[in-house]
Amino acid sequence: MPVLNVIQAVNDALRLEMRRNPDVVVLGEDVGRFGGVFRATQGLYQEFGGDRVIDTPLAEGGIIGTAIGMALYGLRPVPEIQFADFIFPAMDQLVSEAAKYRYRSGGQYSCPMVVRSPYGGGIKGGHYHSQSPEAHFLHTAGLKVVVPATPRDAKGLLLSALRDPDPVLFFEPKRVYRAARGEVPEGEYLEPLGRARVTRSGTQVTVLAWGAMWHEADLAAREAEAEGLDVEVLDLRSLQPLDLEAVVTSVQKTGRAVVVHEAPRTCGFGAELAALIQERCFLHLEAPVARVTGFDTPFPYALENEYLPRAPRILRAIREAAAY
Amino acid sequence: MREQVVDPVGKRGGESVPAPLADEQPPRPDRPEERADSGRGRFLREFRLQRVLDENGEADPAEVSLPDPVVRQLYRWMVLGRVLDERMVTLQRQGRIGFYIGAVGEEATVVGAAAGVEERDWIFPCYREHTAALMRGYSLTAFLCNLLGNAGDVNKGRQMPCHEAWRPGRYLSISSPIATQISQAVGAAWAARLKGDDMVALVYFGEGATSAHDFHTGLNFAAVHRVPSVLVCRNNGWAISVPREKQMASETVAQKALAYGMRAERVDGNDLLAVHAAVRRARARASAGEGPTLLECVTYRMEGHSTSDDPRAYRPESLLEPWRRRDPIERVRRYLVRRGALDEAGEATLRDDVREQILAALRQAEAEAPRPPLATLFEDVYAEPLRQQREQLEELEAARAADPRVSDPRYADA
Repeated sequence: MPVLNVIQAVNDALRLEMRRNPDVVVLGEDVGRFGGVFRATQGLYQEFGGDRVIDTPLAEGGIIGTAIGMALYGLRPVPEIQFADFIFPAMDQLVSEAAKYRYRSGGQYSCPMVVRSPYGGGIKGGHYHSQSPEAHFLHTAGLKVVVPATPRDAKGLLLSALRDPDPVLFFEPKRVYRAARGEVPEGEYLEPLGRARVTRSGTQVTVLAWGAMWHEADLAAREAEAEGLDVEVLDLRSLQPLDLEAVVTSVQKTGRAVVVHEAPRTCGFGAELAALIQERCFLHLEAPVARVTGFDTPFPYALENEYLPRAPRILRAIREAAAY
Repeated sequence: MREQVVDPVGKRGGESVPAPLADEQPPRPDRPEERADSGRGRFLREFRLQRVLDENGEADPAEVSLPDPVVRQLYRWMVLGRVLDERMVTLQRQGRIGFYIGAVGEEATVVGAAAGVEERDWIFPCYREHTAALMRGYSLTAFLCNLLGNAGDVNKGRQMPCHEAWRPGRYLSISSPIATQISQAVGAAWAARLKGDDMVALVYFGEGATSAHDFHTGLNFAAVHRVPSVLVCRNNGWAISVPREKQMASETVAQKALAYGMRAERVDGNDLLAVHAAVRRARARASAGEGPTLLECVTYRMEGHSTSDDPRAYRPESLLEPWRRRDPIERVRRYLVRRGALDEAGEATLRDDVREQILAALRQAEAEAPRPPLATLFEDVYAEPLRQQREQLEELEAARAADPRVSDPRYADA
């Protein structure tokens, strides 16, 4: 099995699906001849041509609006938003249009598409190249939100998203775009949306994470093990739909939950997870649900190590939960 | 491309020549900003208002491409639109529907444009083009069910009145946010070209939309990639209470196309034949790979923005007077009468038919169950309901079973 990084896995999935389905088109800023600023679409323009790998003018609202029209007509557009921080000009098209099109037309129309976008910090990008905007979209019924952590899942989940009937936001963990390497199955390989993965079994504390922070959670769990703490780690992978059953099963077993995300704490997805856990695991809980998150500030530049919920802060929360 | 012969406003009008259109007043050299060398008037000259049918219903036969039976059919659609608008406003005043937004005075633009494209072309409406939906086979009953938000609404009561969608007629879904449909239309037309289909997207929007970012990105995307589309601006002079001159400093909407490298035409939007002809030309160019056209249809919103505002609060009545004389329906009526294609008896029959058609549809629509089934609240959010939609439906059903006031809008007064 070949060893790929996340970028290569994304590229592999796009290439496979474009070969399989002539309706798949990629569009965005610099995605064509150049192959994307992170090289995720490298070689696609050369293989599939400028009609299917489209360099658009620089306007995110226009990219998503155009993609919606393409999807309505029957194509499978894959718009790339160069950095998730730049998705906000397209909020109206995503939230008012893509998310509601099927519903508001009584199911007559739909606009399936996959909006790919690198997200997250830890790359010295300051607040316009580091944010994690998933909560905005999780609060909008009609959108799906998928965040892979590993090359294997990047491929498997992207291929599933490309065949999904609903609009999917596919946030790629750019901090580990190249650092995360692993075996990725060749050819057709689908990971279903809406299933979490238990990446480490344990009995004392459950850590819930996704994307780049799953790597930090995994590191913290290994350090906790060295201290004699038995930690279970879940990579949620897909936030909408959410594998609530996996979360509940794990927390009912351990009685303790630590939720990790990069986005600011207030109204972050951790808040929703904490609410779901108290609704469904109330009598099993041995400690308050802990949130290890970014802070309620814009994403910083000089102090990004402190801002990010990296392993030392996660480890601290694990210890506190276990000792509660 | 065939250039339209320009008829200077009112040349053939005789006694009933109306005042020049508001934005065609001669320059005032006494004002520094309006001196000849200030450039004012340049775009009014460059984009001369194209007209086929004058206020008296006269037209040069050489400029008319539509046979009389077709004009008469389109006339009927215009009358239907007008009578429907008037009737629905009454219904709203009676409290039988919650909201209405119509196109009184703008019928020539709505109908002329929809008739100017092919049946296979997709129509991306703004929110005043209900007649275009009806022309595409959306039944009057279905439209009225949408206004009532009842069980007969093909859109399942999901939106407020006048936000219809009709897929069999390739008529897209209406949203309230302004201008979003422009880049979507561009995307659909682009997709059609990639699939090898001869489909040209027709998109409607108002002059207020020209301030919104989707107008600019939509035009730019369309022009850069030569997307086969016809972009129709219903310049009706008003965005709710904001007049055109507070919306833009440019003399015309058409000139905005220049900056994008796009072709534009400026048409008398109260002239059915001129609008139709301009859309035909634009469609032919788009289909031939010559790219998109911005079409400014100069018309006037004769009523409020919707039933939710009273235009007397922001617009003097006197502004309407010149436009009453340019009524788009009356112009076509006079034309048909002159041509011998309509007489008084025919007119009376047509109007009776239209009224009866609306009444019959209303009776049918009001016979439907007043609300869609509860489960439809949770359908179509996704292709298949997710866990939370299933759970929330159960929760709501249980709440309603326990206390029926959950479904009673007036329980607080009880």
